[in-house]
Amino acid sequence: MNARITLRVDGRDRPVALDTRTTLLDALRDRLSVTSPKKGCDHGQCGACTVLLDGRRVVSCLILAVACDGSEVVTAQGLVEEGEPHPVQRAFLEEDGFQCGFCTPGQICSAVGMLQEVKAGHPSQVTDDLTGPVTLDDEEIRERLSGNLCRCGAYVNIVAALREETAPSEETSPRAETSPSEEAES
Amino acid sequence: MEFLRPATWAEALAAKADLPEAAPIQGGTDMMVELNFDVHRPAALLDLNRVAELTRWTAEADGRLRIGAGVPYARLIAELGDRLPGLAQAARTVGSPQIRNRGTVGGNLGAASPAGDSHPALLAGDAVIEVESAARGVRMIPADEFYLGVKRNTLLPDELIRAFWMSPASGPQYFSKVGTRNAMVIAVCSFAIALHPGERRVGAAIGSAAPTPRRARAAEEFLAAELDWDAPLEPAVLRRFGELATEAASPIDDVRGTAGYRRHAIGVMARRTLTWAWNDLRAGRTERRAG
Amino acid sequence: MSVAPARAPRDIAAPGGGGVGDSALRPDGVLKVRGEFAYSSDLWIDGMLWGATLRSPHPRAKILSIDTSEALAHPGVWTVLTHEDVPGRKHFGVDHTWDQPVLAFDEVRHQGEPIALVAADHPETARRALEKIRIEYEVLEPLTDARRAAFDPAYPRVQPRGNVARHQPVRVGDVDAARELAEVVVSGEFQVGMQDQAFLGPESGLAIPAEDGGVDLYVATQWMHNDLEQIGPCLGLAEDKIRMTLSGVGGAFGGREDLSMQIHAAMLALRTGKPVKIVYNRYESFFGHVHRHPAQMRYEYGATKDGRIVYADVEIILDGGAYTSSTKNVVGNAASLAVGPYVIPNVRIDAYGVYTNNPPCGAMRGFGAVQACFAFESMMDRLADACGLDPVTVRQVNAAAEGSALATGQIIWAPLPMAEMLQTARELPMPAPADTGDLRDLPGGVSQTTHGEGVRRGVGYGVGLKNICFSEGYDDYSTARVRLEVIGGEPVAMVHTAAAEVGQGLVTLEAQIARTELGVRRVVIQPADNRVGDAGSSSASRQSYMTGGAVMTACQAVREGMAALAAARFGHARDDLSFTGDKVVSESAGVLGTIAELLGDAVIEETREYHHRPTTGMDPVTGRGDSHAQLALCVHRAVVDVDVDLGLVKVVELAAVQDVGRILNRVALEGQIHGGSAQGLGLAVMEEIVVENGRVRNPSFTDYLIPTILDMPPMRLEILENADPRAPYGLRGAGEPSTLSSTPAIVAAIRDATGLALTRVPVRPEHITGSS
Repeated sequence: MNARITLRVDGRDRPVALDTRTTLLDALRDRLSVTSPKKGCDHGQCGACTVLLDGRRVVSCLILAVACDGSEVVTAQGLVEEGEPHPVQRAFLEEDGFQCGFCTPGQICSAVGMLQEVKAGHPSQVTDDLTGPVTLDDEEIRERLSGNLCRCGAYVNIVAALREETAPSEETSPRAETSPSEEAES
Repeated sequence: MEFLRPATWAEALAAKADLPEAAPIQGGTDMMVELNFDVHRPAALLDLNRVAELTRWTAEADGRLRIGAGVPYARLIAELGDRLPGLAQAARTVGSPQIRNRGTVGGNLGAASPAGDSHPALLAGDAVIEVESAARGVRMIPADEFYLGVKRNTLLPDELIRAFWMSPASGPQYFSKVGTRNAMVIAVCSFAIALHPGERRVGAAIGSAAPTPRRARAAEEFLAAELDWDAPLEPAVLRRFGELATEAASPIDDVRGTAGYRRHAIGVMARRTLTWAWNDLRAGRTERRAG
Repeated sequence: MSVAPARAPRDIAAPGGGGVGDSALRPDGVLKVRGEFAYSSDLWIDGMLWGATLRSPHPRAKILSIDTSEALAHPGVWTVLTHEDVPGRKHFGVDHTWDQPVLAFDEVRHQGEPIALVAADHPETARRALEKIRIEYEVLEPLTDARRAAFDPAYPRVQPRGNVARHQPVRVGDVDAARELAEVVVSGEFQVGMQDQAFLGPESGLAIPAEDGGVDLYVATQWMHNDLEQIGPCLGLAEDKIRMTLSGVGGAFGGREDLSMQIHAAMLALRTGKPVKIVYNRYESFFGHVHRHPAQMRYEYGATKDGRIVYADVEIILDGGAYTSSTKNVVGNAASLAVGPYVIPNVRIDAYGVYTNNPPCGAMRGFGAVQACFAFESMMDRLADACGLDPVTVRQVNAAAEGSALATGQIIWAPLPMAEMLQTARELPMPAPADTGDLRDLPGGVSQTTHGEGVRRGVGYGVGLKNICFSEGYDDYSTARVRLEVIGGEPVAMVHTAAAEVGQGLVTLEAQIARTELGVRRVVIQPADNRVGDAGSSSASRQSYMTGGAVMTACQAVREGMAALAAARFGHARDDLSFTGDKVVSESAGVLGTIAELLGDAVIEETREYHHRPTTGMDPVTGRGDSHAQLALCVHRAVVDVDVDLGLVKVVELAAVQDVGRILNRVALEGQIHGGSAQGLGLAVMEEIVVENGRVRNPSFTDYLIPTILDMPPMRLEILENADPRAPYGLRGAGEPSTLSSTPAIVAAIRDATGLALTRVPVRPEHITGSS
């Protein structure tokens, strides 16, 4: 059975008719030619398909496209603004936070989502204190990026990239400062 | 496959009554795995994401918390971690941050997998599941009557899970889970404990070590009878509690672990979590490890 | 040529600068971080069909009949193909083995063996059609006992030629006589489970039928020309009718050395006249490539009381599964490196690769050396215990060095400062003790299995010695074409090879070499394809050496051409001239002009092959031979915290000391060491394809676990540069050695924490707790 929906993908409205069984990932890749989210495992265990859905990071292989009608989807490609890579993308490049690069668009979306969660005051999921400010030290970066596998084992450099990106915390990128709700409205 | 998107709870119940074979879906993190691998090909899906009330929680007049079935784990941790620490600890071990942004306790209950992470905390914390059908209205089901078998629960075909009810922790609570790596791992086995000092009672439950999540009843009853609430924990009591928790398990050998290991690990987790909880209680610790 | 697909690979301009020795950025990195890099699964062309593969559910069965009629009648299906439709040779096989059916006939020999193909206009349709292919099997009991396959003549045969693919002995001195002299004897039996490459980008590609009756193939592979040698005969096409282009490779690690969907997609495209794309899902990927050979190993060492080894008696059985794949070469590595970098005067090694109905095994990072390394390093620790020595000292006492002989008699001709490297590893600062107040610091992490109870720290060492480049007489040369011309007023070097960039950073290095050799800033890397000569495989840690060497020599030839022009133009002797920063420079007179002015409209293009020095085979009886082109060493120190009550392990830190000869790009190099260490960590504590009676029980990322960012600890690296005089720039291949040594180091650390013997990897919690 088919449904007609519209997704707002990387800033553009993309109407599409699709089978209701289609995942958001398949809709993006096979119907809308948005191939930056990758299919690595089909069941939410690798994170390569991570996108920002209405500002929150999700694995797009575990969401039906029809359930996203009217939603805003940002992929790694959509993080590029006016031709300039997002600061997180630049940090991955400069710290060599990848090798084959297959997991990278998902890693980057996850990292951007993570930084937004931190900015929005989401508490650490590990420490006793649920209210205090979150310190994004190496261990906290690892904890919060644990949903993205990298088989090349570039983890050490991924942590370095995020450490670079978060070090001057007052001066993180404008996009990283955008809260999920603002993101959804923009 | 038909895809139904009710906007209200009433519409959702009506849709489920009309089409009992429709599978409800919220975050999708359980259901979609089955769809992607063709384990399950439902004739229809009932998307509950538009039903706003499912994503709310409230503190009720009787002091209990009523938490919509669609509140994602990430919000449980952030918003309720102080009042439901055991459940929050379980929630933070679910899948990955991305999954926790979508996945819900409602989904865990619907799937009723013995390995679902939230179940032991629900059992130990005396959760009650609120389910409803258009025809017969609300049924309140205590968590330990909810699970029937491997991936089977007591829901009738026309019923939907609306919420679960839990009292804010009245004492220390802990959740512990063995997995063979440090993230994104399905439980080899898990254990939850909740102290109810006011009632001089302890809730304890096991996960992934029997066909269903289950309470360790004999272990609970043993503590209710033997525990001296005003004294340090006796090693013999601790040991016996571990043994009884182990006896509650009836695990299998599978690729994730052996039955023998699961029994052993349940015993270790039972002893450790009781010790932590007891130490907290004795120390008069008010702030608890929440997440 | 037919039409190129959307998102086809294209020329990539290498950004920024950086010559040999600089940490230049990846030329393909910008596209990769922006999500714009085209992987083979991203390929698309209008009107394409989707291919799907029917695979055997049985590890061993006779095929009695195949009925495709119902599938053919399924709406949306274009064709259904079986073995009868294979146009040419019915078998393929890497390394000229030719024993693997393109599509099975008569018999299936492993679970997941391909039997039939479907092309349909939608992937879901193709999958549905597969369900309608009727196959009648006579199911047989699978033959899965590798030891019986090796030694029991009565065991039924998996392959008609016998169950032993290769037996390679190595004999040095007289082990039986030496046994009399030994004051200390230690022995052990060790096992390595079946590891999967688990590259994240599953097998995929696109075949486009061409007007000349040929086919254009866009695939992710490690070795295009070897693919071609198999694809051509199976399709019955001359090689010039097959145009191959490397698409983005989502990781390889050995798993793309064998063919997967290449011939299948081409068959479907040629039959339907339409482009055909095949993409495996994760489940299928577990059946779509070979794995690391599981191993059973028996070791016995005799030594003097001071820890000096006097003999080694070794038996290694590697289960190759149903077909040969790389088994013979894996056996060669296991045999020649069975006792590693230790000097042992009397040696008896027997390494066997056998056929069973288990999943086929072949290349994976470390290639035969990984399995042996786990065993011999475990033996070194046993010997240390038996002699009352510490693990570093016992290794130093027996360490090989430049001038020592390997078990094969091959003399180590380049620096091998193993004893010093061990000392360095030992003296590195230790990580702080675990903070028991922070779950993230403890085994089990936020799953909260301990607040410090039962946690013990352990430290262990591992040494890995890996052969670099292909061994045993194989001439695995590489080819590079370099073209220099002026584009937009600037000199630009175009580098063209068939070498596969699989994430290792080869294209980065090619650009660095071109800048250094030609003195130009702008470099463009052309897509890898078969319009240039063979580059050999992206395996055996060999591409920096071989394709790096080819690019270097091609650039040097281009530079000679430039120097000839410059000598004529400026009237300077050639040896007075150099090229740097886009300029022509005279040693005596300074800058003479720009390269752009010098070249004008001229184009200088040179193609060169690069060969490493020849190696020899191993003697079939004694194993003697100069079989390796280069050797590289890595020493690991692992620090672990083990919850001994629950059997959970947290690797706290991995420190590695590796001699790379010469650092060509430090950042990329460190990434290789990190990655190799991570995969070794996976093998040590979590990764195994569980096979029961020939069937894979965990073909998913839910149950085949690879390390997450939380499992990978911080790393401390000490990188040495003792040049190999025979290698380009003195470099040593660096991709694999750390994969060898991290596994035994971690297991040694777990033993140190627990006091357990732990003879099998991966170490599972129940091995530590003893509760089965």
